[in-house]
Amino acid sequence: MVTRVLFVLALVLGQIAHAELVIEVTQGRQSALPISVVPFEWNGALELPEDISAIVNNDLGSSGYFRTLDRSLMLATPHTPQDVNYVDWQRLKQDYLVVGQISSAEGGYAVEFQVLDVHQQRTLIHHRVKGKATQLRDLAHYISDHIFGQLTGIPGVFSTKMVYVTTNRERSRFNLNFADADGAREQLIFRSDEPILSPTWSPDGKKVAYVSFENGQSEIFFQELATGKREKVVAWDGSNSAPSFSSDGTKLAFVHSRLGNPDIYVMDLNTRKAERITKHYGIDTEPQWMTDNRHILFTSSRAGGPQIYKLDTVDGSVERVTFEGRYNARARMTADGRKMVYVHGNGDQFHIASQDMESGRVRILTRDTNLDESPSVAPNGSMVIYAATEKERSILAAVSVDGEVKFRLPSRFGDVREPAWSPILN
Amino acid sequence: MQKTALYKALGIAFGALLVTACANNGDLEEGAGAATTATEQQANEAADSATTGVESASLQGEQMMSDAEKAAQQALLDITVFYFDFDQSSIKESGKAALSAHAAYLASNSSARIVLEGHADERGTPEYNLALGERRAIAVRQFLMAKGASSSQIKVVSFGEEKPAVTGSTSSAYAKNRRVEVKYQSR
Repeated sequence: MVTRVLFVLALVLGQIAHAELVIEVTQGRQSALPISVVPFEWNGALELPEDISAIVNNDLGSSGYFRTLDRSLMLATPHTPQDVNYVDWQRLKQDYLVVGQISSAEGGYAVEFQVLDVHQQRTLIHHRVKGKATQLRDLAHYISDHIFGQLTGIPGVFSTKMVYVTTNRERSRFNLNFADADGAREQLIFRSDEPILSPTWSPDGKKVAYVSFENGQSEIFFQELATGKREKVVAWDGSNSAPSFSSDGTKLAFVHSRLGNPDIYVMDLNTRKAERITKHYGIDTEPQWMTDNRHILFTSSRAGGPQIYKLDTVDGSVERVTFEGRYNARARMTADGRKMVYVHGNGDQFHIASQDMESGRVRILTRDTNLDESPSVAPNGSMVIYAATEKERSILAAVSVDGEVKFRLPSRFGDVREPAWSPILN
Repeated sequence: MQKTALYKALGIAFGALLVTACANNGDLEEGAGAATTATEQQANEAADSATTGVESASLQGEQMMSDAEKAAQQALLDITVFYFDFDQSSIKESGKAALSAHAAYLASNSSARIVLEGHADERGTPEYNLALGERRAIAVRQFLMAKGASSSQIKVVSFGEEKPAVTGSTSSAYAKNRRVEVKYQSR
């Protein structure tokens, strides 16, 4: 009986822990480039555990920059340029063709692949990459990054990771998960019976900071990803929340509140000394370092409802940066510092907006999801991942910074919240 | 649990009243201590001088609660969840009677301890909602302290939008989730 209960319990927990996400592209770019990823050649006796060319196909398709061709529509499956009949692919209105071969290499596999220009009938890219037997998905994402970078001029982010929180309906279990940017290979890295929120990456991608209520109040922790080692960093009496690393990794901005007056503090991560940098009686929260390591964007209720402000940490000056609408909060920057994205609320509608830092021009990016929150920008500045509510469940969705490409990452179980996209990891 | 504690508090208050009443009637309690009693002192003073002091202490009565009033007070203490408007942290008029009852209870039970849990509805950002939940709990704390509760009796924690009372994206669900819960740790 006891074993049976345990078994059922393990099943339930297993389901929550493995809330594996699956990408569904909902809107692509009109100008998406047609590309065919031909299944790669593999002459091994056993089928490979991962289909590398299918992963590359999925990566390129979900980026919105490419429109991929379904395998069933291909007239032939060449593996080298010599086998290619370009007329076939021109008839299928393809611009690019990816062909490749997988072979066994010492302790793993090697993939040699080529990208061909269908119109000019020539090889654009010819590349070879090796990996361990356990790294088939890594090999695939490497290939996707290489092709994406060469053809678009934008660094690919298919090899990046994300962390996010999953929770059950009863809110009695909270999991911090780590997964590939496409939602695959989810791993549970911390779990608690109490809320976990605001996960964020250190700029070197080696650790994450987050807020945990495990000790009865909100406290800020660091966790090293390789070792799982945790460190309690800010646990002052009251509420501690919203950690943000400066892009040089030397400082941590966070929020501390006692008696209902949240203010922003900056901690020097070498000396661990912290200084309070906002002193307003309103709510000051959600600090986000700008790329210059000097300014901080933050949300404040000082004008009534929440709006985004820019703070100079050197001279202490504060400047309001959002003016449209009554609810603007939780700003995040693109890596080039040219745009910020944030939550824009209007009545009961909450959407993700982008704003050009120079011109101030605002654009609402999401209209087809509801109660959007927690935007996190991909390290190449192309996409924003965020949490939204769909059929009373919380899911992850993504939109390109120009609003043209959209996809969803629904989970099969529970609620998924608070995504944080990693930096580019090398 | 709540009821017994309340009656205990009322009992102590009633007992104190009886003692005062007895003393005023001039009945001395045995073993009251080493201090000279008022009558002894008066007698000594009378011996030393020509004047005589008169008993001038006035009586102080205390309004006793009827059973109906006790029940009403208890009913107020049974209200432990207080609701707020969107993006607001001011206490609604409708909650003030019950909060006053909690304040009175805390004031007369110095060992009682509570945690005020602040919550927000799911609209808006999790971190801003964390601040909002805290503001709500602090508003309740200030109200209780203004009515006699001590700061050492009250702990505040905000869960923001992380622990909704009810799930659902409707205005009635939101209204139930924008709340402060009074949780007694000890009575």
